[in-house]
Order: sequence, then C-alpha cells, then structure tokens
Amino acid sequence: MQPYVSFEHVGHTYTLANGQSVNALNDVNFQINKHEFVAVVGPSGCGKSTLLRLLSGLIQPTQGQVKVFNQSITQPRDDVGIVFQKPTLLPWLSVLDNVLFPLKHKYGVVAKKDKEQALLLIEMVGLKDFSQRRPDQLSGGMQQRVGIARALLLDPDILIMDEPFSALDALTREEMGFELLKIWNEKPKTVLFITHSISEAVLLADKVFVMSERPGTLAEAINIDLPRPRSLQTIQDSLFSNYTSRIRKHIYKQANIEDVSTKTVA
Amino acid sequence: MSIYLKIKHKLQPMLPFITLLALLPVWEFICWFAKVPNFVLPSPSEIISAFLNVEITRWLDHSWATLRVALLGFALSIAISIPLAVIMVRSQFLTKTLFPLLVVIQSTPVVAIAPLLIVILGSGEAPRLAITCLITFFPLVVAATTGMLATPPELIELSKSLRASPVKEIWQIRLPYAIPHIFSGLKVAVTLAIIGAVIAEFVAAEKGLGYFVQFSTSYFKIPQAFAALIFLSIMSLVLFKAVHWIQTLYFSWSLPAQEK
Repeated sequence: MQPYVSFEHVGHTYTLANGQSVNALNDVNFQINKHEFVAVVGPSGCGKSTLLRLLSGLIQPTQGQVKVFNQSITQPRDDVGIVFQKPTLLPWLSVLDNVLFPLKHKYGVVAKKDKEQALLLIEMVGLKDFSQRRPDQLSGGMQQRVGIARALLLDPDILIMDEPFSALDALTREEMGFELLKIWNEKPKTVLFITHSISEAVLLADKVFVMSERPGTLAEAINIDLPRPRSLQTIQDSLFSNYTSRIRKHIYKQANIEDVSTKTVA
Repeated sequence: MSIYLKIKHKLQPMLPFITLLALLPVWEFICWFAKVPNFVLPSPSEIISAFLNVEITRWLDHSWATLRVALLGFALSIAISIPLAVIMVRSQFLTKTLFPLLVVIQSTPVVAIAPLLIVILGSGEAPRLAITCLITFFPLVVAATTGMLATPPELIELSKSLRASPVKEIWQIRLPYAIPHIFSGLKVAVTLAIIGAVIAEFVAAEKGLGYFVQFSTSYFKIPQAFAALIFLSIMSLVLFKAVHWIQTLYFSWSLPAQEK
C-alpha cells in the first residue's frame, strides 16, 4: 500500500524577530496510510504544533519534504480540516453559520445543499437542537463539537487535531474521544491527532508517534493492535496498559529519569 | 420575584436621576442659607428661570448646532480611524511609522491647535469638524487596532489554510472580532465629540451651546451658562446611551456576559 502522507527528512527552523533561530524539528521521517488514525505524543516544545503546520501547508519545511499522495506540499492545503485546542468559534455567528464559515470564507456563497450538509454534520456531532444557538450559549464540550463539525465541512481527506480535548474536563474528554471514533468510523479520514495524554493516544489511534524533546524528532512509532471498535472495555484490556506503560517509559527515558523497570519490559 | 424586588429592579436605572433630584433642595438650601452669590454658584431655581427666560427655539438652535458638529466630527473620525487601524494591523512597518506620529498628535493639546486650525481652515464648519475629529480619533484607532490584534491566531491560520483573501480575513474575522473593543472606543469617543464641538465653538462660532456658555459668562449671566451646561451633559449622556443601544440592538453578542 502506498503511503498517503509522508515526511521525508523533514526539519524546520524558525527565525525569530531578533535574528535568532530555533530548531523545532530535525530529520523527521514517517508515513501515514490512507484513513489511518495517528496520534502524536511528546513533551511540551517537541515540535508537535510545527508538525501540524507543516502538514496543513501553513509553513514550509526548511529541510526535506512533506508529501501528500506523492505531491510535495508548497502552499496551504484546503483539503485539510483543522481542529484547534480551543474551539475558536466566531462568537457572532450561530452554530450553523460557524460550521458553514469555511465555505463562506473561501467562496463567499453557501448553497442550499451545503446548508443541508452542515445540518447533517451538526446532527452527527450531537447538536441537532442547537444549530441556531450562539457559541456563548454552549458548554466547552459542545463548542468543540462545533469545531469538529466545522473541520469536516469541506470533507477533507486529512483531519488534523491539535490537542482538541485538552481544555475539557476528564469525563467530557473520554466521551468526546469515543464520539470522535464514531465519526471517524462513519467518515473515514486520515487523522493526525496531537495530544499530551498517553492513554488518549492509545485508546484512539492505530499508530502512536512518540516525539523527543527539542529539536523534535520521531523517537518511536508504535502500532496499536487493539481491536476496534474501541470502548471502555478497551481500557481494561491488559494490552492497553502495556502500550501506555511502554510509551510512558519512552518519554521518561528521554527526560533522563532513572527507571529500573525499563529494562525488563519489552 | 417579590413586589419589593420588582420595584427595586424597575427603580435601578432611575437611581442616579433620583439622587440628583434629591440633591436639588440641598443645593437650593445651601445657596440660600450661605448667601452664595449667583456668579459663584447659582441656585437651581435661578438656573430654571434662566432656562425659561430664553426661548425654547433658541435652545434647540444652539443644541442642534453643537450636536451637528459633534455627530459629523464623530462620523468623520470613525471613517478615518477604522481604515487607519486596518492598515496598521496589516503592516508592521506602517504601525512602526504611523503610531508614534499618532501619539504626537494625540499628546498635543487640541485646545492649543484649535486657533491654528481656524486660521488654516477658515471660519466655517470645517475647523470645528477637524477639532472634533482630532479629539475623538485616537481612542478609536487604539480600540480598533487592539481588537483586531486580539483575534485568535487559530482563526487567522484557518483563514490562511482556506487561502482566503486578506480583505476577507479583515472583513469576516478581524473586524467583527474587534467589535467589543470598537464599541468601548466609541463610547469614550462619543462623549469626547461633544467636548471637541464645544472647544471649537469657544474658539470660533456664532452658534452652539459652547458659544452660548461663553456668550452668557461674558455678560455675567451665570445661571444661563449653567443651563447650557446642563443641556451639554444631557446631550453627552444621550449620545453615550445611543451608542450602547446600537450595540445592544445589533451586536448583542459583543456585550460582556453580565450585561446580556
């Protein structure tokens, strides 16, 4: 199978306003297959956000190449849907208009069929009765659902999620994770999911990338062979805790924290 | 809700007015008791009779002249400051070159520039509008710029990833995001607009409440000047309320949570 997304020796160096340069990513190589769910975990400042910006084409790599379906990315891609850490909805628009915003912003006009599509998406994220509400009348979790619906509107091939549930409380967070899997099942996408939570990464993803500290590199790619559909049962699976402890050890090893048990675990 | 609470709720907006009414007899009494000469502080009754001594059409005439200058100057100021703010948001370079100049203009006392403007622009309405505009545009530029720069960077990235034009970025994202800030600026600026109009009338005018205050004091008709002052403060209040009302009516989402 041909890889859908590939990063080939990708590095990125930011030049700051004062002339200094910061090396955010260094020699990153990986491949993502079509409709694969990939989670990226790593310590703060490991270049996770840079990864996201590179894939969406908002910035260009200073070394190497980012390719989607064998084509190098040279400008922002509109077939990429982005869900941000904060919902960042437009407070003056209704839920429906927020979901429609990318279309309105890009083309200026919204057809009747787009509106129907948006309403379907709103229904899918469970906000059927809220399409005319304004964001300030919704809870944080509901706002993020709108954010997800907005990212899905243009039916992108790639969905990038930048710690989308990190601002939510623990219960809502778990619920949203399962919700996301359900949506992904209905509308398969290639997902790059950035998170701080190891268990969230294992629960959701087919593959977990562990990043190392700055300059960020890909320290390890771990295939998660847990059966789908995943559920609360998955968390109780002994394999699940195996995966999480393995990833945790990777991260601690980088942070140079002594951990004797590292050697005994496969 | 109990009846007591209902009455309290209804009376709340009237409270400042009631306080003022309650203070009037105290004011009257002090003037009478301490025999304060009316050029120091006229009593409310003297102010009222001074008000009644001038025909109402004359009052309206003067008020309209001031209101007209204030509103036109205010509109001119909006028309200049919002585009200026957009330009400064788009260009770092222009921000660095223009902003210090704006600060210089702002920190030069308008009262001192006013006579010069009259010389430059003649004695018509132009210098009055210019003065009003000068005094109101700074808070507007600052408010609009701050508001547009406060737009979440994620939305700007969203706009970039959609490859939308910069015009759309400003018009559909940044400007609406600046609305709460802009309205704060408008509320400050609209009261400054009255001040600007009055300053202009002090320097050169044959009509308007500012002119009338000066005219009255030069003839020692202090109660009449006070009556004009009251007109001015009512006008200020009404304009302030009008801005707030427009915000509530058309931009209710931009009001702070406790005002909704």
